Formats: sequence, C-alpha cells, structure tokens
Amino acid sequence: MAEAMQLDQALPVGSEGKRSGGWWGILALIATEGSLFGYLLFTYFYLASQTEQHWPPEGLPILFMPTMNTLILLTSSACVWISERCIQRSQFDWSIAWMALAHILGVCFVVIQLNEWSKFTYDMSSNLYGSLYFIITGFHMLHVIIGVVILMALLLWIALGYFDHRRYSAVTIGGLYWHFVDVVWLFIFTTLYLTPYFY
Amino acid sequence: MNGSKSGFRRGIVSNYPVLVTAPVSAMTDNQIAPLNYFLHSYGPASMPTMYLGWVFVALLVAIFVIISLLLIWAVLRKRSAEDPRSVGREDQGMQWIYIGTGISTCILFALVIYTLITLNAISKPTQAPALTLTVTGYDWWWKVEYENDDPSRRFVTANEIHIPIRQPVLIKLKSADVIHAFWVPVLAGKTQMIPGLTNQQWIEADVEGVYLGQCTQYCGVQHAHMGFEVVAQSEDEFKIWQDGQRRTAATVFAVDVNAGRKIFLDRCAGCHTIRGTEAAGAHAPDLTHLKSRRLIAGGLVTNTPDHLVKWITHAQELKPGARMPSMVLTEAEISALSAFLSTLN
Amino acid sequence: MTDVDVAQNMSDPAGSSGLKPSPEGEGWVRGNQNKEESLFNPPHPNLLPEGEGAYAVSSTSPNPALTRIPEVGSAPIGSAEEKHLAELWESAPGWRGWLSTIDHKTIGMRYLVTAFIFLLMGGAEALIMRLQLARPDQTLLTPEQYNQLFTMHGITMIFLYSLPVLSGFSNYLWPLMLGSRDMAFPRLNAFSYWVFLFAGIFLYTSFPLGEAPNAGWFNYVPFAGPEYNTGPNIDVYALGMVLLGISTTVGAINFIVTLFRMRAPGMSIGRVPILIWGTLTAAVANVFAVPSVSLAFFLLWLDRQTDTHFFDMLNGGKPLLWQHLFWMFGHPWVYVVVLPAMGIVSDALPTFCRRPLVGYSAVALSTMATMLLGFGVWIHHMFATGLPPLALSFFGATSMVISIPSAVAVFAWIATIWLGRPVFNTPFLFFAGFVILFMIGGFSGVMVAAVPLDLQLNETYFIVAHLHYVLLGINVFPVVGGIYYWFPKFFGRMMDETLGKWSFWVMFIGFNLGFFPMHVLGLLGMPRRIYTYAPHMGWSTVNMVTSIGAFIFAAGILIFIVNILVSLKRGALASSNPWDAPTLEWAVQSPPPVYNFAVIPFIASRHPLWEDRLDENAGRSSLDQGYLLMEGRETIGTTPLDAIPDVILKMPEDSYTPFFLGLFGALVFVGLLLHSREFTVLMALACSLSLMVWLWPRKALVQRVPDIKYNKGVAHG
Ligand code: HEA
Ligand code: HEA
Ligand code: HEC
Ligand code: CUA
Ligand SMILES: [Cu+2]
Repeated sequence: MAEAMQLDQALPVGSEGKRSGGWWGILALIATEGSLFGYLLFTYFYLASQTEQHWPPEGLPILFMPTMNTLILLTSSACVWISERCIQRSQFDWSIAWMALAHILGVCFVVIQLNEWSKFTYDMSSNLYGSLYFIITGFHMLHVIIGVVILMALLLWIALGYFDHRRYSAVTIGGLYWHFVDVVWLFIFTTLYLTPYFY
Repeated sequence: MNGSKSGFRRGIVSNYPVLVTAPVSAMTDNQIAPLNYFLHSYGPASMPTMYLGWVFVALLVAIFVIISLLLIWAVLRKRSAEDPRSVGREDQGMQWIYIGTGISTCILFALVIYTLITLNAISKPTQAPALTLTVTGYDWWWKVEYENDDPSRRFVTANEIHIPIRQPVLIKLKSADVIHAFWVPVLAGKTQMIPGLTNQQWIEADVEGVYLGQCTQYCGVQHAHMGFEVVAQSEDEFKIWQDGQRRTAATVFAVDVNAGRKIFLDRCAGCHTIRGTEAAGAHAPDLTHLKSRRLIAGGLVTNTPDHLVKWITHAQELKPGARMPSMVLTEAEISALSAFLSTLN
Repeated sequence: MTDVDVAQNMSDPAGSSGLKPSPEGEGWVRGNQNKEESLFNPPHPNLLPEGEGAYAVSSTSPNPALTRIPEVGSAPIGSAEEKHLAELWESAPGWRGWLSTIDHKTIGMRYLVTAFIFLLMGGAEALIMRLQLARPDQTLLTPEQYNQLFTMHGITMIFLYSLPVLSGFSNYLWPLMLGSRDMAFPRLNAFSYWVFLFAGIFLYTSFPLGEAPNAGWFNYVPFAGPEYNTGPNIDVYALGMVLLGISTTVGAINFIVTLFRMRAPGMSIGRVPILIWGTLTAAVANVFAVPSVSLAFFLLWLDRQTDTHFFDMLNGGKPLLWQHLFWMFGHPWVYVVVLPAMGIVSDALPTFCRRPLVGYSAVALSTMATMLLGFGVWIHHMFATGLPPLALSFFGATSMVISIPSAVAVFAWIATIWLGRPVFNTPFLFFAGFVILFMIGGFSGVMVAAVPLDLQLNETYFIVAHLHYVLLGINVFPVVGGIYYWFPKFFGRMMDETLGKWSFWVMFIGFNLGFFPMHVLGLLGMPRRIYTYAPHMGWSTVNMVTSIGAFIFAAGILIFIVNILVSLKRGALASSNPWDAPTLEWAVQSPPPVYNFAVIPFIASRHPLWEDRLDENAGRSSLDQGYLLMEGRETIGTTPLDAIPDVILKMPEDSYTPFFLGLFGALVFVGLLLHSREFTVLMALACSLSLMVWLWPRKALVQRVPDIKYNKGVAHG
C-alpha cells in the first residue's frame, strides 16, 4: 500500500480473514510447531547416523498402506480447501459436505495409522528405532487428533450457520492448521518410510 | 620461569617416597593454587594456550580500559549550557559506530586467526605418542589402564597416572556411568568422558613433577572430590614404576596379614581387585599397589595408614555419598586389615 | 505540554501541513511527494462527533456492522467519551476481576512482581551457597543440599526470573509504546501469565521435600537419566519445563502478532522503540528455540518413565543428543534474556542524554544479527565433548563474530552519551554502569569463545563469572534501571533519588567485588559446582571476598526494594512525562488509564513527544485527536510494515477461561508427575473443554455473522 493513508476509509470490523489476529497467531503457532517437528526429525537423523543397530530393525518398511494413508491425508486437506471455497461462494450445503468428507478422511487416517502401529512386533521401549518411530508418529498422531477435533468444530459451526462469505476466518485458520498437519506428515513419511531405501 | 623451578621439582620427585606422608600442600611447587594454569604450564599441550590466554587478557584489558575511559569521558564531558528542553539531532554520531565497529572487527579477526593457530598447535602432538592409556571415569574415582600389545604387560591402577617426561602420551577417555571430564590444567585442556563414546586427548610434561588433575564435569554428589594426580618422571624412573605395577601383589605370610587378607577377601573383594589374590571386584579402585599411591579416595586425603583406616571405617563421613560404604570392623579386624594393606606395595 | 503543541497543530486551519509525516525515517515512507501530502488527511468534518451524547447512544445499541469508518475525534479526561471508555475497559471489582482480568498492564505488573519474587528466592539460595563456599571445608550444607541449591538457583534465575521479568516490561509497555489499547491476544496473555505462575510453583513443589532437581540447570544425561537420578526431582524439572515452555511460546506469539498488527496508524516499522525490536527478536527466537528444549525434556521424561531409549547409551541412545538439543535452545535463550534488556537501555538512555539514540537502524539491525548468529553457536558450550577440531574452529569463530553486533550497540550507547547532555538521575547510573558490565561480560565471552582457552576455562568459575556478568550486567542492571525509569508511569509516583543512588552504588560495588574475583578463581582452576574445596587449593581468600561482595550486592537489592516500598507510599507525584521522554507511553497519564489511549493516536515519527524540538520540518504526530473506537472494546489493526489502518479489531472482554485453562493445564502435568492416568485424562478433557469455550466463535467479536445483515456504512466486498 504505497498510496496515501486515508483516515476516513471504511474498515472491516472484527475477525476478517487474513486481517484477523487469529490468522497471524496460527502462522506463528505453525512456525513453532514446525520447528518442534524439525527438532524431532533432527533427533531421528542424529541417532540414525550414529547407530550400530539394524536400521530399521525389521528391514525396509512396507510402503503400501502408509502411501495410501498419505494420499488420504492430502485428499482431506484438499476437501477442507474446497469447503472454504464453497463458503466464499455461499454454497453452504456443499461446504458442509466437503468438510464432513475431510473429517471422515482424517478419521480414516487415524484408524489406518493405529492399525499400522498394531502390526509392529516391537514398541517404543523395545529398541531405539521403536522409540523414535512411535514418538515421531505419535506426536503427529496427536496433531491429527487435534486437527480432527478442529474439523469437527468447524463442521458444527458451519452447520449452525455461524459463517457466511463475509465472516469465516475460523475456517481459514482451522483449515490452515490442518494443511500444516498434512505437510508435516509428508516430511515424516519421507523420513521414516522413504529414506531407509537410500542408505 | 619454569626453568628456574624445574630443579626444585626434580628434587621433590626423587624424594618422593618421603613425601607420601607429607601434607598435600607441600607436594607441588606451585603450592598456592596447584591448578593454576594461567601462570603455569609444564607441557606443549598447554603452553600455547597459556600464551593465548595472556594475549587475550592483555588485549581485552587494554580495550576495556580504552572504552571505559571513553565512556567516563563521555559522561563527564563539559557541555555548553543549553536550554534544558532542547534535544540533540538524530542524524549525528554514526562515525562512532563505523570506527568503533571497524576497529573491533579487525581485532577480532586477528584474535580468531591466532586462536585457530593455537588450536592447531595443541590438537595433535608433533610426534607419535609413546604410550597409550585408557582412563575411565567412575563415580568418583579414576581407573587407569596401561595398554600394551602384549596383554600380559598391561596393568590397571587407579587415581594416579605416571608418565615419562618429554613424550606425548595418548589418553583414551571413557566413562563407566555419567559424564566426567579429564583435566590436568597445567598439562592440557579438558575433555569430557562420555558414556558410550571414547574420546581422546594427549598430554606431555616437559619437567618432572606431580600435577594435579580434577574432574570438571558435574557428576553428582562427590564431583568436588574427584581428583587425581599425574606423576611425570624420567624415563628410567617411569620404567621402574611400571615394572613394579605390572607385578601382582606380593604374598606376605604373617599372622595378622593372613587374617587381614581373609577379611579383605570376605568384605572387600566384591568391589576391589588385588591382582594375585582372588579379589577381583570391578566396581572400585584396583588396590594391588595401593601403598605406592600418594593420595586416596579421589585425592581427598593423603595415603597414610591412619587415613586409610579412617577411610575404610568412615568413608561416608569423609566423602558423603561415595560408592564405598563405611565398613563396620572391630579393632582387631582393623589392625589385621591395616597390616594386610600395608603389604600392597 | 507536548500534547498542547500537537493539539495546536491539529487545530491549525492549515492542518495538513502540520500533519505531514516525518521524512526522516530512512526510506520508510514510500510513494512520491504528493502522495505523502495526503497522508494524515485531516478528518472529514462530519465524521467528528457532534455532541457528547453521541457515544452513549451508540453503546446501548452496538453497531453490528461489518464495516465502518472509524470515527476520529478527541476524548479529553472527564468527557463523556472518556468515561464511556473507562467503563468499557474496566475489570469487575474484587476477586472476580482479579481472576478474570486480561488487561496487559495488570498482567505485566504481575509478571514483574512474580519474577522479582523469584529473583529474591534465587538470590537467597545463592547467598546460602556463598556462605558454604566462603571458607574451605565448610559443612553448612550437605553435598546433596548444595547441588539442589545451585540447580534451583540456576533454574530460578534463568527461567523464572530473567525472561519473565522482561516479559513483564514488554507486556506493560508494548501497547503503550505502540499506541494500542491492548496486546493482540489479551486472553492468551493472561493464560501465559497463569501458566508461568503455575510452572514456577510446580518447579518448586519438590524443593521443600528435599527432592529438588539436582543435576544443574543444563541437566546433562545420563546423570539426569533414570539410572543415576531415581527420585522425582528430574521429573519435576522435565515436566515443569515443558509447562513453562507453553507459557513462553504463547507469550512470544502474542508479542509477534502484536508488533505486526497492533501499532498505531503511522507507526511504521522503522518508528518503533528499540525495546520493541529487542522483544520481537527474542519472541521470534523463542518460537524457534523453545521447542528444542521442550522436546529434550519431554524425551528425557519418556526415557525416565516409559523406558524409551533416546539418551540411553546401552540401547543406542546418545548422551550427546541431550547436549545438542539443550544448547540449540540454550544459546539463543541467553540472547533472549538480554536483547529486550538492551532495548530498555537503548530507549531510556536517550531520555537522560537529551538526544535520540545514535544509529537507531544500526542498533535495531544489530539486535537481529545477534540473534541470527546466536542460532549458530551452540557448540561453544560443547567444546570439550571431543568433537573434531574443524567443527570447533567454526563454532569458535562464529562465537567471536557475535561480538561485532554487540560492538555496534556499545558504540551507539557511548556515542549517545558523548553527543548528549546526560542528566545524572538514578536510571542513568544504572544504564551507564550496565555498559561497563556488558563489556566485562562480553570480553570474558570472547575469551571462552577461543577454543583452546575454553578447554581450560570450561566448567570453571571463569564461566560462572562470565554468566553472572552477562546475566546480571545485561539483565538485572537494566531491569532495575528500567524500574526506576518507568516506576512513575506504573504508579504515578517518583522513586526516591537518594536511596536510588545508594542502591546503585552498593549494587555496583558489591557486584564487582562479588563476581570479578570469580574470574581469578577460574584461572586458579576452581571447578564450578563443587560444594566445598580444600584449604591448600589457594582459593580461600578469593572465595571469602566473593561471598562478601555477594552480600553487599544483596544489600543493594534490599535498598532498592525499600525504595520501592517507600516510594509507593510517599513518592512525589509524577506528571504524565516526568523525565521529558520522547516515546509514546509517556503521552498517557501516570498511571495509565485502563484503556491506555482515549483516542488511538496518529504517529509521524520515532519521537512523538520530541517532534517540536527535534526537527522543525518533521511531521507532527496527533496524540489527542485520533480514532475514538468505542463501540465495545476496540482498537485498530494496521498493516505489518507501514502501519496503515486495515481493520477495526474487537477486543475480548474479561474472562475466566485463561485462568482455568492454565489451571487444568498445570494439573495435567501434576497428574503426569503423580502417575495418575485417570486424573491426567480428566484434566486433559477439562482443558479441551475450556479451549472450546475459549474459541467458540462469538458475535461480540464479529467472529461470526452478525444478526443484522446490512450496515449503515459503506458496503465492502
Ligand atoms: C545472558 C546472556 C549471555 C550473553 C549476552 C552472552 C554473551 C556471550 N557469550 Fe556467554 N554464556 C552465558 C550467557 C551469555 N553469554 C551463560 C549463562 C553461559 C554458561 C552456561 C552454563 O554453562 O551454565 C555462557 C557460556 C558461554 C560459553 C561456553 C563456555 C563454556 O561453558 O565453556 C561461551 C563460549 O564461547 C560463551 C560465549 C559468549 C560470547 C562470545 C558472547 C558475546 O555475545 C559477547 C559479545 C559482547 C562483547 C564482546 C562486548 C561488547 C563489544 C565491544 C565493546 C566491542 C569490542 C570487542 C572486541 C574487540 C572483542 N558464553
Ligand atoms: C539472572 C541470573 C542469575 C542471578 C541474578 C544470579 C545471582 C547470584 N548468583 Fe548465580 N547462577 C546463575 C544465574 C544467576 N545468578 C546460573 C544460571 C548459574 C549456574 C547454575 C548451574 O550451575 O546449574 C549460577 C550459579 C551460581 C554459582 C555457582 C554455583 C556452583 O557452580 O557451584 C554461584 C556461586 O557463587 C552463584 C552465586 C550467585 C550470587 C551470589 C548471586 C547474587 O547476585 C544474588 C544476590 C541476592 C539477591 C538478588 C537477593 C536479595 C536477597 C535478599 C535481599 C534477602 C531477602 C530474601 C528473601 C526475603 C527471600 N551463582
Ligand atoms: C560396595 C563396594 C565397596 C566395598 C565393599 C569396599 N569398597 Fe573400597 N572403594 C569402593 C569405591 C567405589 C571406592 C572409590 C571411592 C571414591 O574414591 O569415591 C573405594 C575406595 C577404596 C580405597 C581408596 C582407593 C584409592 O586409591 O583411592 C581403599 C583403600 C578402599 N576402598 C579399601 C576398601 C577396603 C579395605 C574394603 C573392605 C574392608 C573396601 N574398600 C570395601 C567400593 C567398595
Ligand atoms: Cu566426575 Cu565430576
Ligand atoms: Cu552460548
């Protein structure tokens, strides 16, 4: 805005999208959570680079289900995005539908991931890899669960008619968090499932 | 400075058996503050650092004085009387920052270069090490293993390291429990001993003498009393000492000694080793040549018969928390045990 | 009186000339001349309030409009508008208001007081330690007691005093300096305080039981691991730190968003006081650094409680991982606890030198450069861990390079004093003394940054000397000076000058007597963290001197406290700007009214209260004509860099949720400590519930679509 500061301009009131405090707050929260995962992955690489153990202990990870799960999570992200678009266009029913789908996919991810966990013959106290694997995916799982709860709240709020095309910053903010959880998963997926194939 | 003192030091070391009973304060020439590394250095692994320290201190004190004078001058400077409400202009004074920062940067650059040169000088000895030992930190004592290609010539001792002078000695550093740090300030800087890791450092003494060492990584209740000594000797004396240490404990037969040995095997052998007897405990200092050592219990007290008894019966009072219990012994047991221990030459 | 000048400018019929923005902010004002001309257009006449009743009416029927032209006007003390504002922002009386208030001034003051109590506790611990160390072979304390004391001393000072006290200043002062009515997230602010308080209490719970943390403040494993530390002590430390980390993080986020969104119109990024830069830098650093230590402590707790193997070397874990994670946080942290304090000096020193700070931009940049470099030097705490010399060289060199930005600041302060006309009030003494201490602490820092030297100095009293010179020199001295400086603003009364000068000299002399000899102790080889030493080590005299100095320093602190107590009651009444300072917080009454600014001012320079004297041609800020914003709790949101108004922000009303969320959060940690699964889960549920209540979109904050669909103002896409 290089032009003049106009004091008699009409200004939006309250939580208006990217002008709301919440939008900025969530960006900062993502920065700090992002670094948390950064340090977790640092821990993984630090320990993996020095280990003398068989790594991972059960041989290379099987990729099929985790890859599917990755796709599920990404799709869910896309659904949230579409849902937000629908609000912008005042298509509230569609918005609800997409949000519900996003939510269901999120739950699917959790279920599949729990199932994956149950397949391991070791747990987080059996060996170092187990500690790392379960804590990293566990941390992420915690975020997914929080995300699912947020999606549920958003769904409820949209359904209650709280938002319209002018005020829906909660959706923007909650959605951003969900996108973040998904992006983090990509890093975790790469680290835990793909990098073992490269050394 | 070192030259003038080395004669004195040599004297001390050759009289060394006499000194075993002398108070600790008489043991080293730098009686005041035996760990003073700022003014004393007795080997090439610490000498460059000492000079570096002098240069840093001199330079930084000078800079400090100059800047402080500037500050004081600025504070007290006479100023023309002005309207009290007037304020100075904002855009002045940048040259202070340019000049000050410029000069500081140059000085720092020089210091970095000098530091790197020094680091290079101390990180490796100029010749291959003559001797390799492994020192393992325990709560709160030191196990010292002299390595040799021939396993039968290896031996273990504790809390006292002997080295030949003018030869670099490589020290492998390990820990049996928590992190400790190996530090003989007048010979070299410190290195942590980290469980699961074998660190290395080298020391070399130019002059004969006894140099104090100290654990410098906080390691629990008795971190304060985790000292040791490095005895730097001439090649010959070192050889003699080494041969003595390689021997197993002499078996002396006398009534009280036998009784003492029995008590030891009953009560102490679970923790302590005496080579040549069945005592083979691994949790505590090797006592095979206990009497040859100058200090006991991590440098806490001198190795006199009195102190030994006091230590054995009141370890927890002398060194609260130490991993050796205060042993409950009768008078008779004590004298027998003392007799036995006094044979461990 | 400054206000009067500005007011005259405002009423100047040719007003626009007086309202031109200052062109001085190097390149901050973009656009060509004509465009600048139109900045700060005088308000359209019919936007000004007609009569006093106008707002009383609008308040009874709040305007739910989604867009609105914010009204410009003035609200002098005692006017109906002002009364209405006070009513809007006032907290409920009694304990209800006490628990539910979200006023940044109250929270800031709570931070200050709490942190100060922790300083006294940590100080008392230190004094006991000094008694034990005063002479060789003392038996006043058992080794275990000593170890718990120095650990708690370190934890208290580093985590419970030095950052919180600065958060106190920043919380109190930020909105006042920025021309806002509150922080970006007032409820989060309250939450952050409560969690800090609970974490502090949590960390102290095991102290009376004789089971306090005892592994030093950096808590190296394996000593802090399950095998060598079996009691609850380290669990308390680990969980307490994770809890405290939450407080620090949300506090930091609040500062960041406040800076970018809550500045008064016209206060472009180049016009904010240096304290703001310092706290901003610290907050950004916290956002990136705190997760590291929270993670480290969490992993440690897992290792201790659930048999994971992160640090357990028998199963491939690495003790060195702890050191990396801790110091990746730890080093940035030491700058976190000094940069805002340096900001205090940079802002307050100019007041006493009667001139603006020399090199504002240079100092602001050096603040950020220090932090940036500060993220790349953590290995300098690990020089003795056996890492290869090449790595050591690199980190040693970077550590030395950090001195360059510090040099910028030091020379800027000296130049400011040199070019100014210092007034020798107590705060000035503290700030000038600080410069000396900063140099000593910095120079010992440069010595330990030299790798070969550090291999000697590491873990000796030289380090103890360094850390106290930097921590007390760059934190405690500016903080005490800052309290002398802002006390009149906080309480409307001046502090006593005579006692003030006494407190300075006693503190300054005691400090140097107490801590300078520690350098010598370090050079004489005295290791730190030893509970006693033998007489023949040659440390006895120096230790005695040190202990005496420590007590003299404590006496200085005592004088300072007495001064506070006396001045609270009997200090001379202070005007709104007793020091004739240039920054915005001095434009409001002392103590500031609940709403801070009756009208949101328009800012045209870095020194709104000195404009008339600084530069005749510069723009003039408008302080008593501005946005009224009184349809509920409101303030203005502006763009991140240029501070152009872009939203009317609805501020939340007082609420108990922060307190309860904080309480339940702390109880989750109590549950974890006590191994009570049911309790933990229950409390976690209570947390989620509180969060839901907190975040539920509300009409009052226009987070939701209001009932009335159309607004009387201009429609807005
Ligand atoms: C409070 C904050 C604080 C600050 C600001 C600093 C500032 C610095 N610190 Fe310090 N440091 C600590 C707190 C701090 N430190 C603490 C708490 C520890 C110990 C932790 C523990 O072990 O318990 C520690 C330990 C510590 C170590 C590890 C020592 C060890 O354990 O072995 C090192 C090593 O490099 C170091 C270096 C530095 C350097 C280079 C600076 C620099 O930033 C200093 C720069 C400033 C100046 C240099 C002065 C001003 C400059 C001029 C006047 C220009 C002219 C200067 C020259 C030409 C040199 N510090
Ligand atoms: C901001 C940080 C800060 C501050 C202000 C201080 C202040 C003091 N410190 Fe601290 N210190 C640290 C941070 C700090 N310290 C850290 C991080 C460590 C490392 C810990 C570790 O190794 O893990 C340390 C370690 C440390 C040691 C080394 C312990 C050891 O290694 O064995 C010593 C020893 O002398 C010491 C002494 C002191 C003294 C005498 C003060 C004095 O300045 C205190 C002066 C007293 C007061 C400020 C209070 C005034 C009290 C009264 C007026 C009495 C009334 C009181 C009540 C009614 C409650 N400190
Ligand atoms: C439970 C184990 C244990 C038992 C039993 C034990 N010790 Fe020890 N002892 C130790 C440990 C550990 C140390 C090292 C203590 C220290 O310095 O902190 C030690 C140190 C010593 C030392 C000092 C060695 C030196 O060089 O510093 C002597 C001498 C000694 N023990 C003798 C005895 C005798 C004699 C007995 C039996 C009567 C005995 N110990 C029983 C564990 C034990
Ligand atoms: Cu071993 Cu300290
Ligand atoms: Cu550091």
